[in-house]
Amino acid sequence: MLRYALNRLVSLGLSLIVASLVIFLVVEVAPGDPASFMLGINAQPDTVAALQAELGLDVPKWQRYLTWVGGMLTGDFGTSYTYRTPVSEMVADRLWISLPLALYALALSTALAFPAALYAASRRGRPGDMAVMGATQLGIAVPNFWFAMLLVLLFAINLGWFSAGGFPGWDDPLAAMKALTLPAIALALPQAAILARVMRSALIDIMAEDFMRTARAKGLTRSQTLWRHGVRNALIPVLTIIGLQFSFLLAGAIIIEQVFFLPGLGRLIFQAISQRDLIVVESVVMLLVFAVILVTFLTDLAYAAVDPRLRRRA
Amino acid sequence: MNVLSVEALSVRIGAAEILRDVSLTVAPGEIVALTGESGSGKSMTALATMGLLPRAAEASGEIRVGGARILHRPEAALCRMRGAEMGMVFQEPMTALNPVQTIGRQVSETVRLHKGASSAQAKELARAALDRVGLTEIPLDRYPHELSGGQRQRVVIAMATVLRPKLLIADEPTTALDVTTQARILDLLRGLARDEGMGLLLITHDLAVVHGIADRLAVMKAGEIVEAGPTADVFAARAHPYTAALFAASGHRASLTSRAADAPLLSVDGLDQSYALPRTSLFGARPRFPALKGVSLEIRAGERVGLVGESGSGKSTLTRAILGLETPDRGEIRLGGAAIVPGATLAETRADMQVVFQDPYGSFNPRHRVERLVAEPFHLMADPPRGAARQQAVADALEAVGLKPEDARRYIHAFSGGQRQRIAIARALITRPKFIIFDEAVSALDVRVRAQILDLIARLSDEYGLAYLFISHDLSVVRGITTRVLVLRRGEIVEEGPTEEVMGAPRHPYTQELIAAAPRLPEDQARTEESHAT
Repeated sequence: MLRYALNRLVSLGLSLIVASLVIFLVVEVAPGDPASFMLGINAQPDTVAALQAELGLDVPKWQRYLTWVGGMLTGDFGTSYTYRTPVSEMVADRLWISLPLALYALALSTALAFPAALYAASRRGRPGDMAVMGATQLGIAVPNFWFAMLLVLLFAINLGWFSAGGFPGWDDPLAAMKALTLPAIALALPQAAILARVMRSALIDIMAEDFMRTARAKGLTRSQTLWRHGVRNALIPVLTIIGLQFSFLLAGAIIIEQVFFLPGLGRLIFQAISQRDLIVVESVVMLLVFAVILVTFLTDLAYAAVDPRLRRRA
Repeated sequence: MNVLSVEALSVRIGAAEILRDVSLTVAPGEIVALTGESGSGKSMTALATMGLLPRAAEASGEIRVGGARILHRPEAALCRMRGAEMGMVFQEPMTALNPVQTIGRQVSETVRLHKGASSAQAKELARAALDRVGLTEIPLDRYPHELSGGQRQRVVIAMATVLRPKLLIADEPTTALDVTTQARILDLLRGLARDEGMGLLLITHDLAVVHGIADRLAVMKAGEIVEAGPTADVFAARAHPYTAALFAASGHRASLTSRAADAPLLSVDGLDQSYALPRTSLFGARPRFPALKGVSLEIRAGERVGLVGESGSGKSTLTRAILGLETPDRGEIRLGGAAIVPGATLAETRADMQVVFQDPYGSFNPRHRVERLVAEPFHLMADPPRGAARQQAVADALEAVGLKPEDARRYIHAFSGGQRQRIAIARALITRPKFIIFDEAVSALDVRVRAQILDLIARLSDEYGLAYLFISHDLSVVRGITTRVLVLRRGEIVEEGPTEEVMGAPRHPYTQELIAAAPRLPEDQARTEESHAT
């Protein structure tokens, strides 16, 4: 198990190095020079030159790469050109919304998907299964911002239980969680629908396995068999989906953030792109890549925890 | 009192009648065999006894286990009986255990479930059960994938017998195992019945297995028991024509016309092949497992050669090497003088060699029509027949294997297992090869179908002057279809010679062990019956 973890850790490190190189090359070496790109076509030559100096474009590329990576390792992500504030501070502020939101949504989607999948799988082909499948079909088909708007309409405007948007900060954790609840539900519903479908079919495959029949022959009831022998075996594809969903939730919540006026990472990167603030883009992208690779690493560890056959494999 | 009595059991699923008027009994300590071909209702009888019939099934009649009625018993009451009063062992030990739980947990689960025992007590009983089935050396915290097939089957048996049920049902418990392992598992089951007084209902398609172990025998056909009685009596009488036909097919040998030795066709010279194993240290070299060690063999044109060996002996590696699917570490393979090199073998050399695999269900693309499946090897030929000539070639190949030319338009799911193997042979014949590898080609078939396919192979070999390498773990089949045999063990050929000589008087201890372990029908009976039947 330890060797497996070390192995995955080495591959995590290598992926990060490759990813940082790719991002650096795309941003810095792509045609045109970053300074003139950031300032647009109407910029004065001396403004461009000043920015070039500020960005350190006058030193060799490899040195710039090392400076950039070294900076990130020490927490220095550079300074935003548009806002003139350190990128690390901007990202940290946004992360305090996006990360809890992603985790919240993921927890909700898992909490919805697991019982639905178990219920549907144990009633395969019967009305209960068809109802769950119909609901998940709807969950996948309807875009999450539409859910978001419906939620706002119902719970914020009609019932007045939640505010329609904005974020009060973490000084009052309860209020903060409350502000994140509607966005988290809107994000979680489509994810839960996907997760439930994947888990249902994984469970149905598992139920046809010989060892499930063995378990029945031991005297376990149908539902005991499903719980004790089915669920853990069905987790591998489910973990894969959960890993992918987390990465998506962290950065892909931009529309939901827009609907609820949440200053999250998604909006930050969207603004940075539209303002051509390459310094912010580069750093946030690297951060997201890091998050995705880290989640993949954790998913790999979860695989091994679930399935002993994977532990030995290098 | 009988531990199991089945009276006039009938089962139907929708309009299909699965079992009709099945009656049988098992007394304490008695071993009763239930035999018949696939689909005859053997397993359905076992599932009905366990109360595990599919939901859609309707059963009538009476099943009693230790006096308790099974049919129409509430599910909760059945759950209390399964595992405690009656246990069941299944065919496929590789998949019968939960891969993500330790064997100790799986065996003790039966105890905890029924006895409400503490975890420590349950572990103790699990340990005792594993010891009883001969797994004294295996710790409880092992996972199934760390055990061999035979060991896993022992775990399944331990799981089914940990609470010493009155009745043990074993459904083809040794079919997936090697002969030597099979012999040990049968010994174990026999011991459990005799020493512990368990009633054993043994379901098997293999009459030779029945002969060695069962007190009584029931023969099933199409959902009915057609003949039953003490094993020796049924073996001697074979009153029902179906029983007689089963016996004839079990000991069947194809008639092989003698042929003069011809020029060498396939030569394998000093073949070494090894596989990389997982690293033992993070940056160390990967250790290698030698699958073949200096294997040399020669097959002459038209020669019928058998290759026997247990799982892991290197049979599949050798097949893959000869087919040019893998690059050997060392050594050379030539067919008709041309070298077989992966990726670089001449197309016409590849057209000279074809293969028929074991699984008649998995080895065809279900979305292609038979015509396309059979004509597939044509792409190896420089100038394959086209249009009408192609259709004619497919029709000829289908007719050669006893199918109709019209079958070319159908899809593979419309055919039975035996017919599929015929189609596989037609596909192998289409390029008029000189050499075919039959890789366990009849292992998945029922005995009567197997006999027909063996006859077909023998006839085609005569008609086409075909040489073949017939690979099987089943010595009796190899004996019936080959004139020369090679014995492979741990990647080395340990014995070779004329089939009758090797089987009759094996010299190598391993061959002796294999032959001693193989269950056998009473030889003379099977032979005489065949002459009656033909």
